[in-house]
Amino acid sequence: MATAKKTKTKKAPKEASIPLLEARDITKAFGSLYANDHVNLSIKPGEIHALLGENGAGKSTLVKMMYGVLQPTSGQMFWNGNHVIIQNPAQARDLGIGMVFQHFSLFEALTVAENISLAMTGERSLADIAGEVVEVSNSYGLPLEPDRAVHSLSVGERQRIEIVRCLLQHPRLLVMDEPTSVLTPQEADKLFVTLERLSGEGVAILYISHRLEEVKRLCSAATILRMGKNVAECDPRKETPASLARMMVGEDIAEIKASSRKSGAVRFSIENLSRKSDDMFGVDLDNVTMSVRAGQILGIAGIAGNGQEELFALISGEQVAPESSVIEIDEKTVTALGINARRQLGVAFVPEERMGHGAVPHLVLSENTLLSTHAIGLHVKSGMIDRGETGRFSSDVVERFDVRVPRPDPVAGNLSGGNLQKFMVGREISLEPGVLIVNQPTWGVDAGAAATIRQAIVDLAEQGSAIVVISQDLDEIFEVCDSVSVISDGRLSPAVSTGDIDYEGIGLLMGGMGASSEKEGTDSHAH
Amino acid sequence: MDTFTAIFLTVVSASTPLLIAALGELVVEKSGVLNLGVEGMMIIGAACGFAAAITFDSLIMGFIGGMVGGAILSYFFAVLVLNFATNQVATGLALTMLGLGVSGLIGEPFAGVTIQSSPMEFLSFVGEIPVIGPILLGMDPIAYIGFALLIGVAWFLNSSRAGLILRAVGDSPTSAHTLGYDVLRVRLYAILFGGACAGLAGAYLSIIYTPFWAREMTAGRGWIALALVVFASWLPFRLLVGAYLFGAVTILQFHAQGAQIAIPQQFMASMPYLATVAVLVIISASRNRAKANTPASLGRVFVPDR
Repeated sequence: MATAKKTKTKKAPKEASIPLLEARDITKAFGSLYANDHVNLSIKPGEIHALLGENGAGKSTLVKMMYGVLQPTSGQMFWNGNHVIIQNPAQARDLGIGMVFQHFSLFEALTVAENISLAMTGERSLADIAGEVVEVSNSYGLPLEPDRAVHSLSVGERQRIEIVRCLLQHPRLLVMDEPTSVLTPQEADKLFVTLERLSGEGVAILYISHRLEEVKRLCSAATILRMGKNVAECDPRKETPASLARMMVGEDIAEIKASSRKSGAVRFSIENLSRKSDDMFGVDLDNVTMSVRAGQILGIAGIAGNGQEELFALISGEQVAPESSVIEIDEKTVTALGINARRQLGVAFVPEERMGHGAVPHLVLSENTLLSTHAIGLHVKSGMIDRGETGRFSSDVVERFDVRVPRPDPVAGNLSGGNLQKFMVGREISLEPGVLIVNQPTWGVDAGAAATIRQAIVDLAEQGSAIVVISQDLDEIFEVCDSVSVISDGRLSPAVSTGDIDYEGIGLLMGGMGASSEKEGTDSHAH
Repeated sequence: MDTFTAIFLTVVSASTPLLIAALGELVVEKSGVLNLGVEGMMIIGAACGFAAAITFDSLIMGFIGGMVGGAILSYFFAVLVLNFATNQVATGLALTMLGLGVSGLIGEPFAGVTIQSSPMEFLSFVGEIPVIGPILLGMDPIAYIGFALLIGVAWFLNSSRAGLILRAVGDSPTSAHTLGYDVLRVRLYAILFGGACAGLAGAYLSIIYTPFWAREMTAGRGWIALALVVFASWLPFRLLVGAYLFGAVTILQFHAQGAQIAIPQQFMASMPYLATVAVLVIISASRNRAKANTPASLGRVFVPDR
């Protein structure tokens, strides 16, 4: 650390050419699979450096080695020009490397402060840490309540914990794996201000993102990986998102083909849905009303933790809605029906959580198929699983949605997040449902895969299905939806045509109805 | 000593081994490991403890012997489930059978011998306190150690950093590993602690409670201790309530028989298990309550990727 300080204060101009961290010829093999194959990467102090690549290109493997979670099979790391072997995360933290993980490394049963304390080296009292959490999180516009248990928090709030946890360590190099995928445009803007401030203070940032607009705006250098190998180095400011995507994928990304859809009869509707949350930290839904016609795609925008999960649970029938409300599918009242009965009426659901909610990690894909198809009587013959059919169905989904599998019919847990997402969305769309409800369809999915999923959603609507897309990604909403409502603190705004509103308008609705990010959570159960 | 005091003291000595063994298991389960071998570790502790107490003619050596015996057996379990990633349930059951067999071998030469234990002299002043004085005086040192252990475990889990790490490991070993904690080592220490506690509880049975050695003398107390951990929903102080409740039921069953009350003995003996089922139903009713205390990775094998 002493050398690092000297670099910054005395010899900054001269030594700026020495990379803060350099990875040379890093190779990581898992059995016969090369996740990284002679990868090189170097980051200068104060630089915001993008690491780009599709799902499974080896980005996560590379940063895990930088953080000491994995050990390279061969190759070397240099820190300030000195050869280092980073054996464990504690050592990485001592060097000054902080990391925000894509798949959260949080403990659900513990509080925010306890979670943060576990990532700090040295003995400090929880009260002390809690105080600093409040201070740092507010100053960076990422408000957190230190005493809340993580299991009661939304995905967005969990991401904030990861970020704040890193900031508290005052890192020299900050590795961020998909930090903005769960943030609103306004929140992301705040984060960029933070990152630029850190960069100005001399902190290097290695930034992994699928949002290429963001990379172009923020980063001054980029390393692009494809199939575990370096394919390009560039200055993203001089590129376009399309040219960056081409380097990542190796081919052009298809644009979503807008369809000429005609809207028909109302296929799905909710009236007067109010429900107090069972969870003391949950969001109470307040008089939610919506309706979707055949051929129509309704987007529900909103910051994570404003009632999306609660709403999804009631729409899918995982929670039974109160009798005062009316939920109709193709003019049949389903308010009191459970999830299977609803599926039998031709509805399909894709939940937000991939592992454990949408798919069982320890089951193979063909078995995961059965989880949603058995309800509608598919793939079951006289009470027995028809393994031939489930296998055929799942391999069709794998092929049609370009799910990259390490071997035929792997366990779901072996797929990367984006690939599993493609499989889950594909599984439901292949059933050709009359109504599709999908929560965060492309969260943590790369540009190519997201395009595949969005195109499939649009194509389904063209066939006359009614679709509800719950998403935090405004680009996605504008790309696929005909109309949009905003959910904020459990209330849903009336639907507006996407042609009649812009990002700013939606942003105002997200924050303007009483759930601005400053007070989110604190008052969600106070009225 | 009046009847109440006498009965209460028997309740204390029936409850103490349950409390100690269950505290050990609670720590093990909080680290995410389900060790079903409590019965086996207890009986080994009873045999080793008794053998050591006679051999060295010292009660203290007896208790130490019991703890060492229990810990050694739990070390076998730890090697299997941690290093070889075997199924925890099957390994725990095997451990119980191994313990029952080996303890018979160790205890054989000591069958028929008895130990004379003496009350604690140094505490005689507390005898002056009305009502609870005689109870406090009549309690043996291990009962006090049980209380101290309870407070220690509760403090460790809730207030110490090591306890926080232990809970973190039990909640999500993958996250703990990612943050750089040595999951297997934390679990090893927890298992050894659980083994030593079960061993001490066993030694208490053979040295103080009965006090003689007999084959299979733990008579299912290890299983009750396991049930108690669930009954207490992984909260140390509820464990105290549970242990004394079950201890009291055990004693009540003798007195009920003595007083010719026509409750079938089998019914009384099944009470702890029925109570556990009832508690499980109650804690499962609220998802959040169960979620907050149950170690999320309980019973799941963790293999660190390197």
